[in-house]
Amino acid sequence: MSQGYRLFNGGLIQRDQPRTFRFNGQEYIGFAGDTLASALLANGVHLVGRSFKYHRPRGIFSAGSEEPNALVQLEVGAYTQPNIRATQIELYQGLIANSQNCWPSVEFDIHQINSVFSRLLPSGFYYKTFMWPKRMWMTYERVIRNAAGMGKAPTENDPDIYDKTHAHCDVLVVGTGAAGLSAALAAARTGARVIVADEQSTAGGSLLSRRIQLDDEPAGAWVDAAVLELEALENVTLLTRTTVTSYFEHNFVVAAQRLTDHLPLGSCGDQPRQRLWKIRASQVILATGAHERPLVFKNNDRPGVMLANAAQTYVNRYAVRPGHKAVVFCNNDSGWEAGLDLSDAGVQVTLVDIRGQAAPELEAQARDRDLEILTNHVVVTAHGRRHVRQVEVARLNSDADGLSGSSRIIDCDLVCMAGGWNPALHLFSQSRGRLSYDQNLSCFVPGESVQAERSAGAANGTFDLGFAFSEGREAGKAAAADAGFRQRTKSVSPKVDAKSNSTDIRPLWLVPSASDHPPAKSFVDFQNDATAADLQLAVREGYRSVEHAKRYTTTGMGTDQGKTSNVNALAIIAQITGASIEATGTTTFRPPYTPISFGTLAGRDVGEFMDPVRRTPMHEWHRAHGACWEDVGQWKRAWYYPQEGESMHDATRRECIATRSAIGILDATTLGKIEIRGPDAAVLLNRIYTNGWKSLPVGACRYGLMCAEDGFIFDDGVTLRLAEDRFLMHTTSGNAARVLDWLEIWLQTEWPDLQVYCNSVTEQWATAAISGPFARQLLAELCTDVDLSNQAFPFMTWCTGHVAGIPARIARVSFTGEVSFEINVAADYGMALWSQLMLSGEKYGITPFGTETMHILRAEKGFIIAGQDTDGTVMPADVGLARMVSSAKDFIGKRSMLRPDSLREDRHQLVGLRTDNPKEVLPEGAQIVAEIKPEPPIEMIGYVTSSYWSEHLGHSIALAMLEKGASRHGEQVWLSLADKQVRASVCDPRFYDPNGERMNG
Amino acid sequence: MKYSFASLLRNAFSYHENWQSAWRSPEPKREYDAIIVGGGGHGLATAYYMAKEHGMRNIAVIEKGWLGGGNTGRNTTIIRSNYLRDNSAQIYEHALKLYEGLSQELNYNIMFSQRGVLNLAHNQHDLRELSRRVNAIRLNGVDSEFLNPQQTKAFCPILNVSPNSRYPVLGASLQRRGGTARHDAVAWGYARGANNLGVDIIQNCEVTGIRQSDGRVEGVETSRGFIGAKKVGVVVSGHASVLADMAGFRMPIESHPLQALVSEPIKPMHDTVVMSNAVHVYVSQSDKGELVIGAGIDGYCGYSQRGSFPIVEEQINALVELFPIVSRLRMMRQWGGTVDVCPDASPIIGKTPVKHLYFNCGWGTGGFKATPGSGWAFAHTIAQDEPHELNAPYTLERFNSGYLIDEHGAAAVAH
Amino acid sequence: MLLIECPYCGPRDETDFKCGGEAHITRPEKPADADDQSWGDYLFMRTNSMGTHYEMWCHSHGCRRWFNVCRDTLSNKIHAVYKMGEPPPRVDDPTRSRSQ
Repeated sequence: MSQGYRLFNGGLIQRDQPRTFRFNGQEYIGFAGDTLASALLANGVHLVGRSFKYHRPRGIFSAGSEEPNALVQLEVGAYTQPNIRATQIELYQGLIANSQNCWPSVEFDIHQINSVFSRLLPSGFYYKTFMWPKRMWMTYERVIRNAAGMGKAPTENDPDIYDKTHAHCDVLVVGTGAAGLSAALAAARTGARVIVADEQSTAGGSLLSRRIQLDDEPAGAWVDAAVLELEALENVTLLTRTTVTSYFEHNFVVAAQRLTDHLPLGSCGDQPRQRLWKIRASQVILATGAHERPLVFKNNDRPGVMLANAAQTYVNRYAVRPGHKAVVFCNNDSGWEAGLDLSDAGVQVTLVDIRGQAAPELEAQARDRDLEILTNHVVVTAHGRRHVRQVEVARLNSDADGLSGSSRIIDCDLVCMAGGWNPALHLFSQSRGRLSYDQNLSCFVPGESVQAERSAGAANGTFDLGFAFSEGREAGKAAAADAGFRQRTKSVSPKVDAKSNSTDIRPLWLVPSASDHPPAKSFVDFQNDATAADLQLAVREGYRSVEHAKRYTTTGMGTDQGKTSNVNALAIIAQITGASIEATGTTTFRPPYTPISFGTLAGRDVGEFMDPVRRTPMHEWHRAHGACWEDVGQWKRAWYYPQEGESMHDATRRECIATRSAIGILDATTLGKIEIRGPDAAVLLNRIYTNGWKSLPVGACRYGLMCAEDGFIFDDGVTLRLAEDRFLMHTTSGNAARVLDWLEIWLQTEWPDLQVYCNSVTEQWATAAISGPFARQLLAELCTDVDLSNQAFPFMTWCTGHVAGIPARIARVSFTGEVSFEINVAADYGMALWSQLMLSGEKYGITPFGTETMHILRAEKGFIIAGQDTDGTVMPADVGLARMVSSAKDFIGKRSMLRPDSLREDRHQLVGLRTDNPKEVLPEGAQIVAEIKPEPPIEMIGYVTSSYWSEHLGHSIALAMLEKGASRHGEQVWLSLADKQVRASVCDPRFYDPNGERMNG
Repeated sequence: MKYSFASLLRNAFSYHENWQSAWRSPEPKREYDAIIVGGGGHGLATAYYMAKEHGMRNIAVIEKGWLGGGNTGRNTTIIRSNYLRDNSAQIYEHALKLYEGLSQELNYNIMFSQRGVLNLAHNQHDLRELSRRVNAIRLNGVDSEFLNPQQTKAFCPILNVSPNSRYPVLGASLQRRGGTARHDAVAWGYARGANNLGVDIIQNCEVTGIRQSDGRVEGVETSRGFIGAKKVGVVVSGHASVLADMAGFRMPIESHPLQALVSEPIKPMHDTVVMSNAVHVYVSQSDKGELVIGAGIDGYCGYSQRGSFPIVEEQINALVELFPIVSRLRMMRQWGGTVDVCPDASPIIGKTPVKHLYFNCGWGTGGFKATPGSGWAFAHTIAQDEPHELNAPYTLERFNSGYLIDEHGAAAVAH
Repeated sequence: MLLIECPYCGPRDETDFKCGGEAHITRPEKPADADDQSWGDYLFMRTNSMGTHYEMWCHSHGCRRWFNVCRDTLSNKIHAVYKMGEPPPRVDDPTRSRSQ
């Protein structure tokens, strides 16, 4: 079959560029400029898919993004995409598409059996059954799930990449039809920065679908000239294949641009497939056009039944005859225009109009062409399964609520529905504008604008083309002026010669049927198989609110989000309930206007770019020496350094012993560092920390505990007094930014009188901490300008000097419990320092250790880690640090420590745990129970926060929070694990060197 | 009329013209024994259990819009009871148990689908928290287990567990009894059940004031006039502060937008529920085939029932990171609700400074899963003028005493 | 996405900022003297207005300065932006305003 329905002349297709494609395994040929839908129609293919619920045969219904029926599985393998509208797929060489939701084929779909039982499957049937027996639900549900869904997800990762961009403009114009192009030209000529976006492959909108004369030339010439002018202007960005999908507050608008979807697979190198535009517009003009409404009659879903403007578009734009013998069923003049265009393309046309008459000039033209005209008539039903073969027409009675006389049959292979127009109000509604119902036009139109926004043209209910041009032009001028561009420019609208301009319409929301029963096959929502009968049932059962009816019947909830169904549905609901359409109201329009790929929304922020990785200056050394990594916030920290054949536990045992008996070295760069400076620096610290700071001498360090205002521990760390007015605060690695924010909010909002500045210096410094009995000796080798003796350089002091020739700030603090020196150098020298320490330390057996060994060593000392041993509900006294809570001053969180709950005697308190079996290492997170019981619930009285094997001590150690723990030392408790119970005794959390003689020494 | 396959069959022969309305639309009476303000899932459940468990028949539910139109109809339908604190475990588990028999009890299929809920761990800190939680939940008598990355992958084959990810999956907790339910059906089922017990359900009736004298509630002023009531229970989700303001007190609550979105419907690809706090997103697939996706609340207060776009972008980054094969699928619809967030991420269910005025609020992101338990406990509280032991700790006074029930880790709120 | 006018830097996307919640909450001058109720009020009770809302924002990815914003929480319209320490501007929106 080779394009038997293609016209020899006309259209915007390129007949010299044939495109071969496959649909359902069959090879066809179309042309560049075709959509998949137009190419299929050119080849006589109407049956494209099956419906969601009843698996009824479905064809091509529209020519645009409102398509509910013709959804296909585009491409195969990694490139496959489900639910793509054939009407929006630009044909490219080698395209492969398949029908979905049918088996074994779209012609013979086994699930069409559903259609036979359709009476058993009214809206909401699943709420009423599948409840017995109870245990069978999951089985029933599996069947339901397999029947639902439409296309299939890919099973491979996406080979394409995506991109995002931010843009700002004075005027954003959405749509490039008559109103949009006029608006863009008028705004652009003032010099305003203009972005114009249209979802189609070329500008022109409905001008491309109709046979219009503008200034006595075909409309295409005017469109081309407008596009040329816009493209030539530097202040204009014209974006085609770009769907404006979402309109948020403060004129923030999102658009999705398809960059390579129209090109053959694999032909675009590493270009992104799609780009997300995030646009902040000073002014927005919505020239989004209108969607034609279908008419609701029996079997209105048969392949070959389509919207009249779609048939008109296929004839005029794509040079395809969608049928040989058409019945145009309309309630307004636009159907007549479509009928005339079809007739001129050689289609035999019968016009069925609900009204008594059309515009006289249209009637005259129809008579000139000898078209059969049936006024005051309706199409009652369509016949034909996989393609429409006939329609039954009948005369309406004078009240338009029933039929008069008998019906007659008309043979046809195409039915065009022209039920009036709905302005595309999606973006307007998203902008929070309210819709109002226009009785004369029988449609919703935009109400008052809420944002800096205007609607123009058909989107504003201005269906007359001449007015659309002038309205667009005025909107463009006014928007530019409001954006500050008041330059007077000359813009004249073209002289318009169109066939139909009248807006005379006679709405008939539901065609009366000959039967007394609800019209079960009169479809309102085509994709979800919701019928007029379903809406009647919903209202009957109390789901009268339009939102209830929508949810109960699933009307408007398909991938088209009800573009062709919503207004018909609510008008039918209004008719049933007797309320007005305005009072019935619409459901909310949600973004996006058409679906956006998740890949496009994610852009480049996936994989390695999902979150920035922070690395220390010594990172490469750790990597080269086989470090395993721990993620701490965004940092990659060395976790442990396994040697050949070592497990994690082997490695940490070795690292621990080396540190306790010789010397260990830790990259401590990631600790947060904040410099605090100003005459009131000590006052700030005094208010932020629980302990006192004013008396700390320059040259000394102090451990501080920070609470939130609720009294719970928030962070901790050592702070150095660098000078009278200058401190260096250390925070936990993951909390650095939060602590800085914390200081700032108090300084700026509560204590603006304090003269203090805070600044993050985390990344300015690299820190190597050496720890162990030989630490002093090693440092002495490399640092000759500091007296390192315990008398001259005692614990909890700091000094400056040179280490390996590098200027350094050295602090004698310890998290391991051994004599330790934290050597801070400018970040760029970090690697040099580290390398030299490793080199000189070799003879002492220097051993790099990671975060795991650090955690073990500090746990042996009973030092807490904020965020591990505390969980946001722990106060200083709970972890045995009551001595750090000053009674002499106020500080953040102090008052909360006096609340009744804070003073409870049965609070959880930090303890150590020793298991009866010294080899048993408790899992962290294990719960301490009040008593052993065979079955839960079992009362819990505490839990393990930290737990390790201590190689140095030769037994396991654990820290735990335990109810009244401080008074339970010596008691035995039970821990209930998933598979067993373990007994342990409660002890002091300081397992090693409780008096700190080693680190002080 | 009882719903069953037989009744469906019978009605099919009469073209479904004989079905009755699931609930009446009565005019409000002049006075009720109790009024529930708010016709969402929690409010309807409250009325249902007041009628069923406490024999109160002269009661009404007043809804300013349409039933289930607030967060009931806007959430991601996840049901689980894997909460850390004992009190939370008890009330959420009570809710889960009620859910397990709810379709039969209400004779309305709420499609509760127990396909399991996975909570992922992405770092050592997550693992520790997860372990603590799994142990505590298990000892509270609630099902919970730990899965390693391979077991997690086996349970959810489309999950990316590559160790080379930015934040690899290091393990997960699994509550097999968790899952999803059809959210609208929960509201409609309770509405029908309450209606059948004589409860008046009054839609399109907005409360504009709470009338009281001598510190005791007398009724509510509404858009349809004053309606007297001996007791008033307020369960209005994101708008608790607004109603509290009418009654003359403040709440420890901030109302934030919470967003959700769905993909286009596709054939089954994801048969469980996955939640991750570190790579922040949660995902399930509905019976209709849509991927249902949510994450944390927006960062600032808002009643606009819509959220900020960057939040959606972030959750989709997380989605594509965890499930790379969804990259070519498409977002079909996004929306927002307004959730009321308490400082400790636990609700308030109980008495207020006004006598016989009760509030049930502060569920944050976790309200849907609690619906039956919340309604059950609140019904007891109103009927007996005394909290049930399930909700006794969830007082307003706890914000003075400091007896907070910290559930930040469980709430899936970004923190 | 909101467009917020930082009083120090000019209009920027919301993603530049962080919201710090309700503004003008006074910390008790002598916390030790506050009773449990007034301390609880200070810590937790919020106006949470539907409508005009006074709140603190920080230009965290810019100048790091905190300032105040008066925003409508229903429409997200920003009525005013003002510096710390400045008195809240009056917004005459009687249909919505619930806060002082």
